[in-house]
This record gives sequence, structure tokens and C-alpha cells, in this order.
Amino acid sequence: MTNRIKEAFLKNANKKAFIPFITSGDPSLEVTEQLVYEMEKAGADIIELGIPFSDPTAEGPVIQEANIRALSKGITTDDIFEMVERIRKNSQIPLVFMTYANVVYHYGTEVFLKKCRELSVDGIILPDVPYEEKEEFAEVCRENDVAFISLIAPTSHDRIKMIAREAAGFVYCVSSLGVTGTRSEITTDIGAMVKLVKEANSEVPCAVGFGISNAASAASMAEKSDGAIVGSAIVKLCAAHGENCIGPVSEFVKELADAVHSA
Amino acid sequence: MSKGRFGIHGGQYIPETLMNAVNELEEAYNRYKDDPEFKRELKDLFNNYANRPSLLYYAENMTKDLGGARIYLKREDLNHTGAHKINNCIGQCLLAKKMGKTRVIAETGAGQHGVATATIAALMGLECEVFMGRKDCERQALNVYRMKLLGAKVHPVDSGTATLKDAVSETMREWTNRIEDTHYVLGSVMGPHPFPTIVRDFQAVISEEIREQILEVEGRLPNAVIACVGGGSNAIGTFYHFIPDKEVKLIGCEAAGRGIDTNETAATVNTGSLGIFHGMKSYFCQDKYGQIAPVYSISAGLDYPGVGPEHANLYDLGRAEYVPVTDDEAVEAFEYLSRIEGIIPAIESAHAIAYAKKLAPTMGKDEIMVVTVSGRGDKDVAAIARYRGEKIYD
Repeated sequence: MTNRIKEAFLKNANKKAFIPFITSGDPSLEVTEQLVYEMEKAGADIIELGIPFSDPTAEGPVIQEANIRALSKGITTDDIFEMVERIRKNSQIPLVFMTYANVVYHYGTEVFLKKCRELSVDGIILPDVPYEEKEEFAEVCRENDVAFISLIAPTSHDRIKMIAREAAGFVYCVSSLGVTGTRSEITTDIGAMVKLVKEANSEVPCAVGFGISNAASAASMAEKSDGAIVGSAIVKLCAAHGENCIGPVSEFVKELADAVHSA
Repeated sequence: MSKGRFGIHGGQYIPETLMNAVNELEEAYNRYKDDPEFKRELKDLFNNYANRPSLLYYAENMTKDLGGARIYLKREDLNHTGAHKINNCIGQCLLAKKMGKTRVIAETGAGQHGVATATIAALMGLECEVFMGRKDCERQALNVYRMKLLGAKVHPVDSGTATLKDAVSETMREWTNRIEDTHYVLGSVMGPHPFPTIVRDFQAVISEEIREQILEVEGRLPNAVIACVGGGSNAIGTFYHFIPDKEVKLIGCEAAGRGIDTNETAATVNTGSLGIFHGMKSYFCQDKYGQIAPVYSISAGLDYPGVGPEHANLYDLGRAEYVPVTDDEAVEAFEYLSRIEGIIPAIESAHAIAYAKKLAPTMGKDEIMVVTVSGRGDKDVAAIARYRGEKIYD
């Protein structure tokens, strides 16, 4: 499946991908499923599905609250697998799970990734698993043809090359210090980070996330890289509109996707 | 296997944003830990500021009353700020200064670690911000004011269960936000490497002193050493220099809350399972999907769903045992030690006293046990009064 991620970046004229993030089960799994279809129609190239965790230490308040809303409805990892099974009957858009190490580890890393393979889940992102700890998960990912997606941060400096060399799927370039959440401006030199990635691994696409809140900043990030990831700004709409969020989310995703594809 | 492992436990499960910060910390620690000047400064602060060495007190009344082992109390409650927490704060703040950091952040449960960090920050002229669960701020209002008096800024944490684990999460989030000038003074032997090792080394002074003191008065090692375990810093400090001495039993007392067969417990080793959280692999209270469980204990300092990785390994190896102690038993021990020895222990430490009370009568009169009184109980008096139905508020 790892090639589908690469293809998702290459299929657009400007070779840039737009990647929206939503928390599975917020406001409900039925709505999450519909959001996947609608976001695909609106121009999403890859979709990041959050599996909620009780203590998401890399998230700001918006996604923290989405996690709590989903968990308080009793949504489990198995429910999310079942939802993906339904999605796969209707859509083959590349899907990437974003969750925390313990959700995978405690489920059983091998069982979890075997399940991902069966459901054609294309990749996983574990923000609390850095380069030094990744083999425990990445090895099982490789066995199951699931991309273990690595992150680089503004503090990574000399670590970027080492991370990029072993990167699978795409490199998730964290735009700013701190946790997820919308920001009024991004001051990091994204271009310099992307350059280091490309020097070490010219093949791997590099998408920027954290803090992107509107079409203008998505376009500006995509210009400096291979794509933009937007989470909190979308999750805010899920929080505000609840069961009626499909319309506002697709409209917003279309705006963002158009901006990225013409960046 | 990555760095900082204790058996299969430990490691560095943290966001990439923090990796260079923990690497920098590890390098600095390796540079200074054996540096004579650093060691001299540390010892000077231990002895002339924090009141070390702490007493090893022979609890004669308790020994007679229980009719078994000779009981010694390691009086960490007599340290400046009233708990063992200061040992670690002195060490880490000294290290932070050497690293050129000008600001420290810390999590706190009962408030003891927050107070100790604020104290050393005041002494060393460091800016200090403490994150504390909103529920704990309410439970320990005096400590919140104490931190403010010492010049620290206290941030109540509303996320999650608004207790210690959420304070740790929030402090980690804050660290990813501002790393350059900031050191995170983690309060226990937990989190990502190198914290479990650094904190243990600074707390190991407890067992280093116990060893010397007991050899001086008894001429031999104790049969058992006992301490309470939340994250486990006073316990690892109490155990560390006895780990190679297989004849010394190491016993950690976990907070069982309303009992290990209820959902209202914080006894991680007794009720938890293997997991990855807050930077480390260890045992955690969690559900079958790996969601961290809300934990409960009367003691805000032991109210944590995990345990330090070195303890998890000592448990795996069978080198240390971890016993559950309920709220009721701890409160009873709190009152017992107050009456029989005139020492009011922290409710955390009362968990260790409670188990010592059970164990001592089963041991011979020629046997010796050392119990660490990790902190003093002034902060808990109002809460214990309320537990007994008296309407006292701090």
C-alpha cells in the first residue's frame, strides 16, 4: 500500500497533496465515514484518521477535546476498524491512522498492523514514537506493507537527515514548536527543513502540518513542500456543527485542497 | 533496543520535538555527574540548605507496640520543604543552571514537588512555572499559595481527569512549546530517558545514608526496607544501594485507594498491565484498548496510573515486591504514627507505615526494618480531618 501514498502526491499537476485530519468517532462513526467520502470528493488526496487516545500529549485543546468526545461515546479501536471496513467497500483513498504508541502496543502491534493490512490502511503516525524507538513498530509495519510515517520538528536540526533516510510513506514536517492547533503565523524556515529531507532522501514526499488554519497558509506551506496537513481547523468545525458538520467540513476542505493544488 | 532501558521497560517515547532536548540533558548529565565541582555544589546544597543527612530514627515505641522487628524511620520529612522531593530538585536545577537554562517547569500532584521546585528556583534565580491538576489545586490549596509565595506561577490543569497524570501531560506539552531556555524538572523516576536515571541518582542519597547509618548503629544491613510508590522516586532512592544485597527485602507500597478489586485504585503494579505512556514503557492502569484508566487514591501524590520503569523491572526480576495499601489503612497509619511516635507523616508515607505495621509483628525481634517517611503530614491534616467527618478547611 505504501505506493498509494506516493501516487497520491504525484497525481496532481503540481505534485502536491492535501491531507485533512479528523478524529474517528467525533461526532460519530457514521459521520466520520461520510466525512471520508465527502472529503475525497472535495479534493483530499490522503486522509488522516485519528484513533482517539485518553491522553494525547502532542495535541492542543481542540483535538484533545475531540478525543474525549469520541471516547466518552465508548468508541473503541475495534469499532474504528469496522468503520474502515465499511469505507473500503466504497473508497480506496489512501488512509493513514494517527494515534499514540499505547493504542497500537496494547492492542498488540502485530495484530493491529495485520488488521491495517487487511483493511488496506496505508500508513500510521505515532507522534510519541521518535526515530530511536521506531523499529519496534516500523519493522512490523514493513512486514505488513503499512508505511510508518516519521515526523521532523523545528528542533530536529542534525536529526533530519537520519530520519529522512529511513522514512516511509511521507515525512510529516511539524511546522512549529508546541502541540497541534491553529496558529496565526508560522515562523519556522520550512524550506530549509524540506531541503535537508530531500538531500537525504530525494524520493520521499514531505508534507507540513501543525498550525495551518486557512487556505492561504495551506498554500504557502505546500509551496515550500509537497503538501499540507490540516487537523485542528477541521476538527473545530466538527465540534461546532456536530452531526451537521459534513457540509461545512467539505466546503472548507475544498477550499484548502484547491489552494494546495494550485500552490 | 533504545537507550535508558531497565529490562524491557523505559526508553524514550516522546515527540520528535523533544528529542534534542533530552539528548542535550543526557549529555549534560554525563558531563557533570562525576564532576568534582558539581558534586561539591550538590553536597553543599544537600547538607547546608536541605538539612541532609536526614535522621535515621529508631522508633522505639512503635517497635515495642508491634512486638516484632526493630523499626527505623528514615526521616525525609525533616528535609527543607518537608519531603524527599527537594533532593531531586536541587540536582536538576543545578544541572539546569549549568546548561544555561533560565526557566524551569514542573508538574505536581500533592504539591510537594511543585513547592520543592519553586523553592530551588527561588534560591537559584530561575523563573518557575508549575502545572497542577485543578482537583489537586483544590485538595492542596495551601501548597498552591506556597508556590506563589516562592515566586512561581501555578497553572491549574483542566484536561483529562485534572490530576497528576494530566499535569504531567500538560508540562510535556508546555516543554514542546518552549525548549530553548527551559528545563523540565520531572518529579519522579518516570518519563523518557534520562529522567528515570537522573532522578534515581539524585534520590539514591536516601539509601546511601541509610546504609551508613544502619551499619553504624546496628553493625549490619536491614532485613527489609519499605517505601511508598507512586511514580516511585522515594522508593527507588530507598532501594537503590540495597539492590545488590539480595538478603535485604525491598518493599514498595502502592496506593490501593478503595481496594485493588475496585475501580477506585492507583495500584499500578498490582492491577496494571504493560504499556507505553508519558515517555516510557512500564506498567500502567489501562483498559483493554490501552486507554489510560482514571485512578484514585486519597493521596494526591500517589494518584498516578503508572510506575517508574526501574520499579517495573525490579518487579519483573522478583527483586522487589509491591504491595497494595488502601485509603483506610493509610489513614489509620497516619493517625497511629502521630500518636505513637509524635510524627505526623504525609498521607503518601502513611502507606508505607501501614504495611510496616502489618509486617513488623511477623518478623523476629532480632530483625531490622527501615521505613522511609518520605514527607511530613501537615499538608494532609485538613483532608484527614474531613475523612473523619470533621469540618476543617485549610
